[in-house]
Formats: sequence, structure tokens, C-alpha cells
Amino acid sequence: MNNVKKISRREFMKRTGQASGGLVFALSFASACQPEPGAVGPAAKAASSVTPNVYVNIRKDGIVEIICHRSEMGQGIRTSLPQVIADELEADWDKVQVIQAIGHEKYGDQNTDGSTSIRKHFDLLRNAGATAREMMIAAAASTWGVPASECNAREHAVHHAASDRSAGYGELVAVAAGMPQPKTAAFKAREGYRYIGKPMDTIDGMAFTTGRAMYGIDTVVPDMLYASIERCPAFGGTVKSYDDTAARAVAGVVDVLRMPEPTAPAFFNIQGGIAVIASNTWSAAEGRKALAIEWDRGANAVYESESYKKTLIASASAPGTAVLTRGDADVKTASVHEAIYYAPHLSQAPMEPPAATARVNADGSCEVWACVQDPQATRDTVAATLGVDKEQVTVNVTLLGGGFGRKSKPDFAAEAAWLARESGKPVKVTWSREDDIRHGYLHSVSAQYYRAGMDADGNTKSWLQRTSFPTIMSTFAPDANHPGGFELDLGLLDSPWHVPNMRLETCDAKAHLRIGWLRSVCNVFHAFGACSFVDELAHVKGEDPKDHLLRMIGPARKIDPATDGAKYTNYGQDLVIHPIDTGRLAAVAKKVAEMAGWGRELPKGRGLGIAAHRSFLSYVAAVAEVSVDENGKLIVHEAWTCIDAGTVINPDRVQAQMEGATIFGMSLALHGEITAKDGAVVQGNFDSYPMTRMNEAPDAIHCHIIESDAPPGGVGEPGVPPIAPAIVNAYFAASGKRVRELPLRNAGLT
Amino acid sequence: MAIEFELNGEAVSLDADPAMPLLWAIRDLAGLTGTKFGCGKALCGACTVHLNGQPTRSCTVPVSAAAGGKVTTIEGLSENGDHPVQVAWRELNVAQCGYCQSGQIMSAVALLERTPKPTDDDIDSAMSGNICRCGTYTRIRTAIHRAAEDQS
Repeated sequence: MNNVKKISRREFMKRTGQASGGLVFALSFASACQPEPGAVGPAAKAASSVTPNVYVNIRKDGIVEIICHRSEMGQGIRTSLPQVIADELEADWDKVQVIQAIGHEKYGDQNTDGSTSIRKHFDLLRNAGATAREMMIAAAASTWGVPASECNAREHAVHHAASDRSAGYGELVAVAAGMPQPKTAAFKAREGYRYIGKPMDTIDGMAFTTGRAMYGIDTVVPDMLYASIERCPAFGGTVKSYDDTAARAVAGVVDVLRMPEPTAPAFFNIQGGIAVIASNTWSAAEGRKALAIEWDRGANAVYESESYKKTLIASASAPGTAVLTRGDADVKTASVHEAIYYAPHLSQAPMEPPAATARVNADGSCEVWACVQDPQATRDTVAATLGVDKEQVTVNVTLLGGGFGRKSKPDFAAEAAWLARESGKPVKVTWSREDDIRHGYLHSVSAQYYRAGMDADGNTKSWLQRTSFPTIMSTFAPDANHPGGFELDLGLLDSPWHVPNMRLETCDAKAHLRIGWLRSVCNVFHAFGACSFVDELAHVKGEDPKDHLLRMIGPARKIDPATDGAKYTNYGQDLVIHPIDTGRLAAVAKKVAEMAGWGRELPKGRGLGIAAHRSFLSYVAAVAEVSVDENGKLIVHEAWTCIDAGTVINPDRVQAQMEGATIFGMSLALHGEITAKDGAVVQGNFDSYPMTRMNEAPDAIHCHIIESDAPPGGVGEPGVPPIAPAIVNAYFAASGKRVRELPLRNAGLT
Repeated sequence: MAIEFELNGEAVSLDADPAMPLLWAIRDLAGLTGTKFGCGKALCGACTVHLNGQPTRSCTVPVSAAAGGKVTTIEGLSENGDHPVQVAWRELNVAQCGYCQSGQIMSAVALLERTPKPTDDDIDSAMSGNICRCGTYTRIRTAIHRAAEDQS
């Protein structure tokens, strides 16, 4: 620990050229994935520490332990969450240790999903820090016999100017431990922030660069066995018969177990299959190869992507259910332009595939170690799987080697728990890449129909949009075949277009495999369709696409979809505090155009494309510069992004998310496609489901963050939606060809 | 059977099936988990180690190929995490989730050993076998140039 700190400090000084840090750096990589302390509450730890609330533990040695109750999957929450608490607490960053929380309702919402960690918890985190600070002040005031109002907290100590006394936080622990836990406290003024809004280094940087970071797949517990599971190629299918003789003969194989049958709907339940248990990962995989299984593929064996695409397009081409109506979208206009957009299933494919380890103890209790985005759902799922009370289940959250929505679904932890109980030993389940791509919770395939009516000058006067995709609700509700609820929030009902007549419709679509959410979810296809179609309308009108985009966004105003009869839930937050503000959307579009030098001369075969989209309460615009040659070789040379996420905690991590979102968006725009045949996913690994690689990465990805004191919006997801349409629009500018289907490689582009 | 080789400068003897991929021998038998599994088919580079100085996808090389040889993993790159590539990675906060970065760093170190002053094209060709789903490529490029400067 001391050693680690020394290195960190030296690096910090080297980087900043500061002899001593007013702004301090560091934290311990040893803190990565440590279990949280046991009992919390002043009484439990009175001797050595004080816990003003479940997120903060101040130790007698002056170390402030901050409990990170959100999962780290690359968004930097293990850095930015402590930044908020430490700032309000006036803690010295060098004396902060981060401890990962177990899954427990005492922390409130832990579902690290929907870009919610900051936007929904900023006040909670500030309060955790501020109340801890007030507790320290109260302890000092009581020690000195002075009014608390005469004391202030600064740099890990409480000061009383009148008597020139100071006491470090560690010194105040013993007194504070006997004091009541304050529930609320005033927040610091923005100008007083030390860490909020600063580009603090990633606290796990040392662990990440030395191989010491511990992910779900890295868990090792004594006596552990390793499992690999062969699942039915088609979702919901079952084992007809199997022969495990050859599998059991493979060296290292310990047992072969038939998993519980799949359920409908799937929820997060085990989905059947045959598990091979072995003394190491490779033997389990080898044993699995030797299994002979006859499957009953079940009802979903009919699923076949080519024919389903026709079904989906037919669904979107016929009238659906109106979910928003403004004026009369069927009003007669001088001309009409229509188009159908299509985007395929996608797999999240985090670099770390799903992996979980479980141990079931003699008393029936269970301990799990897993890379999960939602530790409380994991706990509930494991408890239900084992038929025990959730109080008997402990879920330890490791680092996540990427999540992107996949690891919100803890089915793999349920598998580990079940196998641990059945085999009587701790078991680690590791999914292969093929398991991950074929048996996950896929991003939905979608078709969208757009129709715009224009006046004689080409101004859009009516907008009809139909969206059709198998709903995520099918994973949780029997026979759900119509998009609903939160899915319509995601880039549909919050349509920003300044058009007097609008109707948005949803259409039926049946799911044939597990549908789940992927980074930015339905915004991916809604933004792809809408921002491409708006670009089409620019060319119909004969207007510059950027000017036309701004015309379509229209004057600065706040939109309330309820005005047009829509049930809009605004990502679970108040529309007054987080309005749909077209002024902010236009501002990011204008800024990104300026950054990219919009309007400059480009050589033949090169073009710029622009798109702008609000999601997760943040506003992002992107410009891509693309070239294409006569062989269809498409290059994204450079990308510019601008985000207005309101108040930003760590601008460096926001920028990193925008860079990453650009690459993620490129992967889905250029390459990403999952198809099914006879109910089974065709693709299996990075050869058939390619990702954007270094040689395709743009020369530069620029990011501008709008300075704002608005309440924080999401950051992890909003960067993704505008990327695909920006690229598609740039390709049109470069080639004059409009592509309405993803991925672009299907249009002969490589 | 016992397979002997040098792992991060120390002699090891692993009781392994000779066909077991080096990756699983390193992770499950030697207990070093810094080297990651990503694809099992040498498609993503997460498992990159140095085998006799060469960057190698350990998920598809049998452990028998290491017999009598030298293997370096991320854990053996430096004692205190202060190899210039590791330092550059931290200075630029390259990692997001961090999972692929062991492999990225091992590929970058190998590149710099053969090409101390790589161009962007050199970087693209040496690093394109390493997938980063978080999309840290532009920072990786910058970090490799930074490490090249620091090394010289």
C-alpha cells in the first residue's frame, strides 16, 4: 500500500510538474475488489472507525473508505463516485480508499444501467459526503466546546479559526462515533469544488496496467471446480437425450450435470443445457466438445433472419398503434418522401465474457463472485435459483471487463450457484466467446418506416414514423409482442423535430430469442433511422444537411410529449428538472459542426455527415469524415463529438466515454450483425462478428464538453446513437448513395 | 506431464496436458490471472504474452510449445508497474474497463522492442490483432508514441 502510493504520487508530480500537490492523486489498487467491511454503524466500529452512512467509513488512521455501490465496467465510476463524496467531505484524495460494495438494498439502487450512476445519484452522493463532513465538524466542535457554526472542514481536517485549532479526521473518529448520524447537510457551492469537474486519474490505473485488476473470470477460491455449459442452439429448446461417456473420459473432467430446463419467459433464469465440471477451464471445454446431445429446438427453431426481416418490414409498413399524435400527420402536402430503415440484432460482446463463481456452504448459504451490473438482481436470482432466502446470499462484485448491458442479466451467476450446490464444491462458470454471442440477451432487430410530407419549398410539414422490433418485455412477460413503456422513451416519443403534424406508431413483432438491452438500447436504431431520414430530407429540399438539421430541430423550446398524448417517462426523471430542450440539442449540433470545419472543401469521394440526438437526459452531436474508394473501401478518418451532459464530474472520463462510444458506434455501423438460422445464432466469434480495430480507428476522435451547471445527465450511453447516422450521412455525402440498412458491410463496403 | 519453462524469470514446472493452451496453464495452473481470455481463437489479442520474446496469442499455443522456453506475462513486465509502456498507459488514462489492456500492453511492448520509433502505420499493423470493445484505440496510439519518447 505504501509502495503503491509512492509510485502514484511520483507519477502525479511528473505529469503536473507540481512539487507538492494541492490537488492530490492516488488511491490504492489494493482496494480493487476488496470485500466491504463487515457490520456498519457507529456502534459496530466505534473503536476504530466511524460510519456516517453506508457509503463512508472514516478510520482512526485517517483513511476515508468510500464504498462504491455501483459496478465498474469502464465508465470510471470507481473514480467519479468517490470524487463526489470526497469533495463534499473535504477529504484528501490521497487518503481515500475505494471499497466495492456487495449487493444489498441498504445502498439503494445498485443497477448500473441506463447511465444512471451520476444522473440519479448525484444528490445522494453529495449528501453522503456532506453529512459525513458535518459529523466531523460536530465532533470537533463538541471536543473544543465551541459552536459548530464557527468551525469549518477543509483538507481532511476541521478548523476553528478563532482559537486557531485544527483536528484531523482520524483524530475525530472516537468522538464522532458516539454522535448521531446526520441525515442531511448543505452542499458545497460549485466554486468550492476540489474534485468535481476535475479530470482525476482512474483509481484502478495501476491495477489495470499490471494485471492485478480482478474481474469475474479471475476469481479463485479454494477447492474450486471449473464449468463449461453446452446450451441448446435455439432459445427455449431442451435436451432430448445425451451421452456423456466420452466427455467423462476426458482428463480433468470431474462430472457432467444436466442443467434445469429453460423457463418461459426467460427472466434471468438458467436456460438448460449440459454442464461439464472439471479441474480446470480447458478440461471443462474439452469435455464439453466430447458431449453427444440431441436437442429438441422447440418453438423458436423457426427463427430465420432473412424471412423475419420481411415480416418486420411488413409490420412497420402497415398502420400500428399511435403513441403520439400532433395535428394531422396525414395532411395533404405538396410532396411526400418515405423510407424504411432496418438494423439487425447485436451482441454486447464485452471483452470479458460472462463468468461467475459460487460457493454453497453447509448451512445452505451461498457466496457469489461475479462481474455483474446489477448485484441486487443477482442476489435475488441466485436466492430464487437455490430456493433460499436472499439474506443467505452474498454477492461480491468484481470489476467488469466491459458490460454494455449484457452483465445486467445475472443468468450466469445463477448457473454457478446451481452447479456449486449440485457438485458440492465451489464452481466457476466461464462462458466461451461463442456462448456469449450465441446465447446472450441480444439487442433487438428493428424496422422503421418514415414518411415526411413537404410544402412546395421542401419544408417538412408532416412526420409519420412507425417502429417495429421485438420488445425487451418478451424476456419478462409471456407473449409480449409489442414495444412498450421505457422502450418508447428511447429516441421515439422525445422526437425533437419542429414539425406541426406528427404521428408516431408502434407495431407488433414477436421475439424468438432472449432480447435484452445494449448500450443506448432502442436509441441505436431510432437515432439511426431518424437522423438519416432527416439527412435525406435535406437533400430532397436541397439544403445543407447541417442547416437542415438545425431547421428540423427548430427554435429553442422545451418539449412535453404529454401535450401530444404520449406517455413519456423521461428516463425515470422529472421533465421539469431534465427537460427535452431543443436549444441544447441545437447547441451541440452547431458546436460540433464548427469543430469539424463544416462546409470546407473536400476531395471527391470524401464527405462529412452530421447527427444529433438526446438520450439519457444528455445531448450529443457527432460529425464523421468518411472517404470511400471505387472498391468500396470506407474509411472514417476523423470524428468530432460534442456532449452537453449538464454538470460533469470527471471530464476526462466523459471524453473517454465519447471516444469509446465513437468506436462502439463504428462497430455497429460498419460490422455488427447477428442473424439466426433454424433458431440458432449463426455468428460465434470475432471472425464472424467483427469489431472495429486499431487499423480502422479514426486518426483522431475529438470531444467537446459543454460547460454547464444543469443537473447531470447520462454519459456512458448517449455518445453511441449519433455515430451510425453521422457515418451513413457522411457516406452519402462522399458517394451520393443512401444506405438504409446496417451494417454497412452488407452494402458492399469494407 | 510436467512441463518446465521460465515464467516471468522464475523456473516453473506445471503438471499439464501438453495440448492445454498456454493461456489456461498460466491462469489455472500457475495462478497468474493478468493474462485474459477473450476469444480462444487468436482473434482478439487479450491473451497476448511474450514467448521467447515474441508476442504470442497464448489461447491457441499449447503449453508444450513453452517447454524449455521463456514466457513473460503482464505480471512480469516490471516489478513496480514502471515499464515505460505501463507508465504511458497511466499518464494518458488509456484503460476504460481495463480487461484487454494486458494484451494491448504486451503487444505494444513487443512493437517497441522491434520498432523503437513506430509510425501510426506501424502501430496500426502491430496492434490490430488486439480488440478493445471500450474503444481506447486513439489513446493507445498516443500512449505508444509517448512510451517511445520516454524510452529514447
